[in-house]
Amino acid sequence: MFDQLSDRLRHTLASLPGRGRVSEADVETAAREIRLALLEADVNFRVVKDLVTRIRERAVGAEILGSLTAGQQVVKIVHEELIAVLSTGDRTFHLQGNPAIVSLVGLQGSGKTTTAAKLARHVVRLGRRPLLVAADPYRPAAADQLEALGRSLDVPVHRAPPRTPTVEIAKGAVEAARKLPRDTIIIDTAGRLSIDETLMAEIGAIDRAVDPVETLLVVDAMTGQEAVSVAQAFAAAVPVTGLVLTKIDGDARGGAALSISAVTGIGVKFLGTGEKTDGLEVFHPDRLAGRILGMGDVMTLVERAQEAVDAEQAKKLEQKLRRAEFTLEDFLDQLQQVQKMGPLGQLVSMIPGMGGMAKEAQDAVDRGDLKRTEAIIRSMTRAERRDPSILTGSRRRRIAAGSGTSLTDVNRLVKQHAEMQKLMKQLAGRGGRGMLGGLPVGRR
Amino acid sequence: MADDRATAPAELEAGLRRSRGGFMARLRDILGQEVLPAEDWAEVEEALIAGDVGAALAMRVVERARPRTVQGTATEAVTRELGALLAPREPGWRLVGVARPAVVLVVGVNGTGKTTTIGKLAHRERRTGHRVVLAAADTFRAAAIEQLAAWAERAGVEMVAHAPGADPGAVVFDALDAAVARGADVVIADTAGRLHTKTNLMDELAKIRRIIDRRLPGTIPETLFVLDATTGQNGLNQAAAFHEAVGLTGIVLTKLDSTARGGIVFAIEERLGVPVRFAGLGEGIDDLVEFDPRAFLDKLFEAT
Repeated sequence: MFDQLSDRLRHTLASLPGRGRVSEADVETAAREIRLALLEADVNFRVVKDLVTRIRERAVGAEILGSLTAGQQVVKIVHEELIAVLSTGDRTFHLQGNPAIVSLVGLQGSGKTTTAAKLARHVVRLGRRPLLVAADPYRPAAADQLEALGRSLDVPVHRAPPRTPTVEIAKGAVEAARKLPRDTIIIDTAGRLSIDETLMAEIGAIDRAVDPVETLLVVDAMTGQEAVSVAQAFAAAVPVTGLVLTKIDGDARGGAALSISAVTGIGVKFLGTGEKTDGLEVFHPDRLAGRILGMGDVMTLVERAQEAVDAEQAKKLEQKLRRAEFTLEDFLDQLQQVQKMGPLGQLVSMIPGMGGMAKEAQDAVDRGDLKRTEAIIRSMTRAERRDPSILTGSRRRRIAAGSGTSLTDVNRLVKQHAEMQKLMKQLAGRGGRGMLGGLPVGRR
Repeated sequence: MADDRATAPAELEAGLRRSRGGFMARLRDILGQEVLPAEDWAEVEEALIAGDVGAALAMRVVERARPRTVQGTATEAVTRELGALLAPREPGWRLVGVARPAVVLVVGVNGTGKTTTIGKLAHRERRTGHRVVLAAADTFRAAAIEQLAAWAERAGVEMVAHAPGADPGAVVFDALDAAVARGADVVIADTAGRLHTKTNLMDELAKIRRIIDRRLPGTIPETLFVLDATTGQNGLNQAAAFHEAVGLTGIVLTKLDSTARGGIVFAIEERLGVPVRFAGLGEGIDDLVEFDPRAFLDKLFEAT
């Protein structure tokens, strides 16, 4: 269930004892695991080298704060370093000019066309009137795809007859925008290899012809070690103003973005999640840093939890978690609290030690499991909620019928709960530091 | 067909030539030596990592290769270790076997090049005299059907399609019917790209697989997983999830004409035992070659 590497990293780091200052030996133990975790997350190996060196320098002799262990102190330093890298560059989305021109560039299949539609929707919500521009004459039906997306958003799409040079398409779009009038132009260029000199020169020509205020490089979150050289090649051809990291709704850690920001200084402006046109998110460096480390984003969780969870209740929950007395009734309470906090997958991924569960949780939301789970628990008697071990076959059938679900669904929930209990017990055994125990929830 | 295979390594070489940077050249220098100092082995490991082989696997390969350089060069030792990770390949393998119609199901995450690969595959089969029917089962992505139709026209093959948003299983079923009725040799089914983490979409794929099994009992569909060579360590998760859903029989490694080296296939082949069958080397209809592991390995370390 948990990602092996980050789990191992956590384990190694948790085993580092000590109070006072981080020793050189502590750092050596940690450095190897940090290197592996970063490489596993597709952070470029040269960037990893730099980072590990920097982390080593900062960590040796660092004062161990408050109740942290040496391991946690090192992780804190790693986390801060990653955030620092991911915070580079200008992350504001600029829309100056009339029309404001936004151009999207990237490798084939990175998600430019989908991103173009998402950006169109985004600027409409900012009160603007965009024009989508189909400037990919190479991929069959690329313009049709953009047109279909434009239609679904009620946003016009500028197309040109076959064999129109792409520079002319772009120029024509600017004229069309002035006539219509539309105040924002989003140009969807063809995917190209970074080593294709002809096509790289082509985007350079488009850039010079219409001078976009934003030239966004669209990068697949699943990209490996080549991300850096690809980004460098694009940045050499056109003045790239920001990154859009796509397909982040998968389980890729997204080290590519960190690598690119570290080497080129270009910041991430948006995250693409999902294929629907509303799947565009503003980028938060701290969240991606946590994801890359597979360690969760403690501070964001704390903030969110504080907004949504009643402090008293949190305290009670924490104690229950520690004693592994988390009943299905508590689970139901939590479901309702959690729904106030936002997307569950995102939330779970913020809990240290629960990174691997994020996917399962988000899947559950996608499948409508949350509602089903709620229905199942509501169909149980109070006694059943408190002690699921009394759930016999006939009780389970009754619950399934009562909640409009299947026996399999009920069994699954009971099993999940049992597994959760087991996990809680293990965590409680470790002093509860792995999970909510380490959080100042309800104490501030 | 025979011509194709003869030219394959040359094309692969041409594609790979572009993918070799100074780092690989340096590696070649190192590996040419007989006995390597530890820091050079560290550099070998780094080169493997740079090629997306993965840190853990790269460490393992180097660890195993090191003591074996006694009987040969370091290149040989590393190549041997990497080669040993690959899945076994049966000689004389063909995409279209004895059963008629042969069924090819093409799957993968978004943007890896499924539709383009199908266009190229259709063209290959058409050229060998096979009658090909394409099933436009990506009914989700905007204009995916139009894109496949353009390839069908280019390759001179037939296509079965429903309206956008239709049930992909029904499209495949109809395509199989059409293929049987027309006496076609091969049906190639395009599917919508999907992230391997989306359970419901993976279930949909498994359903399509079951429809094939039900319509043509006894046929074992060739299930090709299309993997972008630029993909990093996530490629293993992807392949494992698709394998679980539909039972993969082969991999198509696309965009090998880029700077990416596609090193994640070692981990995938080792873990799943599913071999890479084809390499995609461009957007042209002829830019698909049979994957030659020997050439892939050799060229990986070759200096320009």
